Amino acid sequence: MSIQVHRTRSTRTTVRFFPHNDTEIQAMLDAIGVATLEDLFRDIPPELRERATLDLPPGLSEMDLYTRVESLARKNFASCDRCFVGAGAYAHFIPAVVEHILQRAEFYSAYTPYQPEVSQGTLQATYEFQTLVAMLFDMEVANASMYDGASAAAEAVLMALRLRPARRRVLVARSLHPQYREVIRTYLEGSGPYSLEEVSFSADGATDIQDLTRKLGEDVAAAVLGYPNFFGVVEDLAALVNAVRACGALAITATTEPLALGILRPPGEYGVDIAVGEGQSFGMPLSYGGPGVGLFATRLEFVRTMPGRLVGETIDSAGRRAFVLTLATREQHIRRERATSNICTNHGLMALAFTVHLSLLGKQGLRQLAALNLARAHTVADELERRGWQLVFTRPFFHEFVVAHPDARVRYQSALEQRLLPGVPLGRWYPELEDALLLCVTETASAEATQALLDALAPQSC
Amino acid sequence: MRGQKQEGLLLDEPLIFERSRAGRRGVDVSAPSATPERYLPAQWVRPEIDGFPEVSEPEVLRHYLRLSQWNYGAATTFYPLGSCTMKYNPVVNEALARLRGFTELHPLTPDEMAQGALELLAELEQWLREITGMSAVTLQPAAGAHGELTGMKMIRAYHRDRGNPRQRVLIPASAHGTNPASAALCGYSTLTLEGNQIGLIEPHAVRKAMNGEVAALMITNPNTLGLFEREILQIAETVHAHGGLVYLDGANLNALLGVAKPAHMGADVMQINLHKTFSTPHGGGGPGAGPVAVNEVLEPYLPVPRLVRTESGWRWSEEFPRSIGRVRTFHGNFGMHVRALAYLLALGAEGLAQVSRLAVLAANYVRVRLSEAYQLAFPGMCMHECVFTDKGFDASAVRTLDIAKRLLDRGFYAPTIYFPLVVPGALMIEPTETESKETLDAFITAMLEIAREARDAPQRLKEAPVHTPVGRVDEARAARRPILRWTPAPSPHLACR
Repeated sequence: MSIQVHRTRSTRTTVRFFPHNDTEIQAMLDAIGVATLEDLFRDIPPELRERATLDLPPGLSEMDLYTRVESLARKNFASCDRCFVGAGAYAHFIPAVVEHILQRAEFYSAYTPYQPEVSQGTLQATYEFQTLVAMLFDMEVANASMYDGASAAAEAVLMALRLRPARRRVLVARSLHPQYREVIRTYLEGSGPYSLEEVSFSADGATDIQDLTRKLGEDVAAAVLGYPNFFGVVEDLAALVNAVRACGALAITATTEPLALGILRPPGEYGVDIAVGEGQSFGMPLSYGGPGVGLFATRLEFVRTMPGRLVGETIDSAGRRAFVLTLATREQHIRRERATSNICTNHGLMALAFTVHLSLLGKQGLRQLAALNLARAHTVADELERRGWQLVFTRPFFHEFVVAHPDARVRYQSALEQRLLPGVPLGRWYPELEDALLLCVTETASAEATQALLDALAPQSC
Repeated sequence: MRGQKQEGLLLDEPLIFERSRAGRRGVDVSAPSATPERYLPAQWVRPEIDGFPEVSEPEVLRHYLRLSQWNYGAATTFYPLGSCTMKYNPVVNEALARLRGFTELHPLTPDEMAQGALELLAELEQWLREITGMSAVTLQPAAGAHGELTGMKMIRAYHRDRGNPRQRVLIPASAHGTNPASAALCGYSTLTLEGNQIGLIEPHAVRKAMNGEVAALMITNPNTLGLFEREILQIAETVHAHGGLVYLDGANLNALLGVAKPAHMGADVMQINLHKTFSTPHGGGGPGAGPVAVNEVLEPYLPVPRLVRTESGWRWSEEFPRSIGRVRTFHGNFGMHVRALAYLLALGAEGLAQVSRLAVLAANYVRVRLSEAYQLAFPGMCMHECVFTDKGFDASAVRTLDIAKRLLDRGFYAPTIYFPLVVPGALMIEPTETESKETLDAFITAMLEIAREARDAPQRLKEAPVHTPVGRVDEARAARRPILRWTPAPSPHLACR
């Protein structure tokens, strides 16, 4: 039995966000010297004013609004517990302290710290963020963040083309996240006389070094590799980076899952020139794919060609340590059409989430969480293999892996019907992997859901 | 004070790295069933990261709480930062964006299992279409500048399909720096249009600059001086007559809700800054969201995927062969879309119209009250913001920067300063519709007193701020000797160590 609740929509104008009463409005109009609010718009051509009416519903009270939006949230299947999909967005547990700090209005309702004397909170946290990103990638310098991993990868390619102005070809591993490749393509199209070529992957799931070597040349500005790549496979960066750099091109890595760097040797150790990534895994919910935070790190010698905001350390008038936005002469508000990028702000609040979460995890927690993800994913992969699924690639992986089965499609559907997200079918991006699923196992998947996944994908009777 | 011997209220807060003590951590993680070496070649396995923080949970909380206290935010302080529309960010929107049905929704969830999210996005698109009068919207761009890039990519694709991508883009001198930077990223050179003596672009200037090699005019309306471009209809007509397109920078849409629709002004494409007009928080510098709205001419070029309605509900479609492609992963900053739609639903048609009326009222009130002491860049009625200059303080050599710093001492954030570039020593004030008259009056009083101080006691401005966690910050030093991160080895540059 259900109780019918009748809600009446208010037809009154919403007033809760507006502090003025009629007397105050009149006083302000009097001060200005006009009679009505409409008189404020006398510079606007009447033919525009006449057609400006909004054909939209009346406003809602907070209670009605909550109910309305909550009803939309309820229609989604949203569960980190039953999510075995990664592919660039990862279900990780977020400690309550992260959310608590993020809900401080002193942080979320501020803007870019143009006035450093009253923005030291944002500035110091951003400086800490830059340090954490640089350490995680083992690079010399990182910026204050970009929009997401894919746009950071595209900006890295543009930066490489600035650093190698005589070169016009860019290589991208086909094992890089398909959407990262698409965004790089969009950014490059029309920006100059550049060409983009893909480097194939070998049967083991890693970038084909022979194909890479064949395509490299003195006209190649940069090569972009996934680390780990889209299939979760850990690339042999030493060999690949050496090949790229040997011909004078810049080696760029893109990391969709930075947690992997808690356990894997970082890009910087292999001589990577620009390391980018998506930082969502640290402190940001899935939130249907956004907002996350783009990570961008490089060598100190390239810092003046780097896109994005930078916070630096300095002193105040009394000689005390202070932080401030710096090296702004690279940026659009100073250099306009000659700027290193059109980017204006970063993803500041998400950079804060990243910083707080990594500070909590710390030296030991980061490594242990990475090791936990690694072990759990391998346990599930081993069990699927035991139950008749083929592990498509043989190379070591982190917490994502590709499995195939002749009945993959049917089993996938039956798992969906049991309210599980049983990986993502790869056929839409890789026709040769039509019967393959990309699975991801993180610490959020419950034991019960993991068992349900195994039983749905690989019933014991088979 | 920071870095000095302290008693009582502590104002110093070291870096999180400097709080580290070996063995501490703020998260307990279950032990893995096996060591990494079981799954990975030993030479690939990374040891613990040198210098990474080792801090307990209560210490992390205190550290970031204390940092938060050193910020002014729009929720704590009047924040009249021109061009940024620092209005109230409704708290309920924070709660709504954090509903589990949204936060735990994976972006690759099959469409039929994400219908609530798709409906929400479709509804947001519909509201934005009605507000702008445009015919289609993409929600994918992550920020205003990202939206500009998306729009300009579409303009290039449109011209390329007609046989010539063209070479140039016209941009008023008062435009945001992102405009020329976005055009340049799309392979265009830019030609600057100067405004006239009342701050507006004249049709004849556009006529003179227009020809078959001009791809587009990028114009902000109201412009960054807070003035409505009165000749916009004639200007757009001229651009269109030469086969060019009009990119309307929607940064100042807060002045136009229910007042005038960009589509009727002749805009072919525009970005909408959800973090300005539609109240999503600025986050200390993002995340924003920069949906792009277009008319029928440019619709085929919108990024993919796009939302389409089918018999079985909403789904994402990539079947748009003339699309410019993707500009970011997944579906944009969904968390911001939830907040923006919540704001729109809360206000409704009348509330939205009231937003612009009260925003323009507040800006004009500030303009009139301050113009006795400060010189306006351009006289006359303004829209949602007004721009002053530092002319008139030459005798005491007080500059805009000094006025801004003194305001911080009075408990206000500063206006946007030295922008637009066409106004020497610009002070750009945007009060927004959510500040009460007594707050505006207090700000006006502070500004008037600062103007008096500028004449009678200029040193007080030169030394400002004195009531803030740090004094005036040495920006030149930061740029001359960049220290861009903490390093585990002690840095020789630390002044207070």
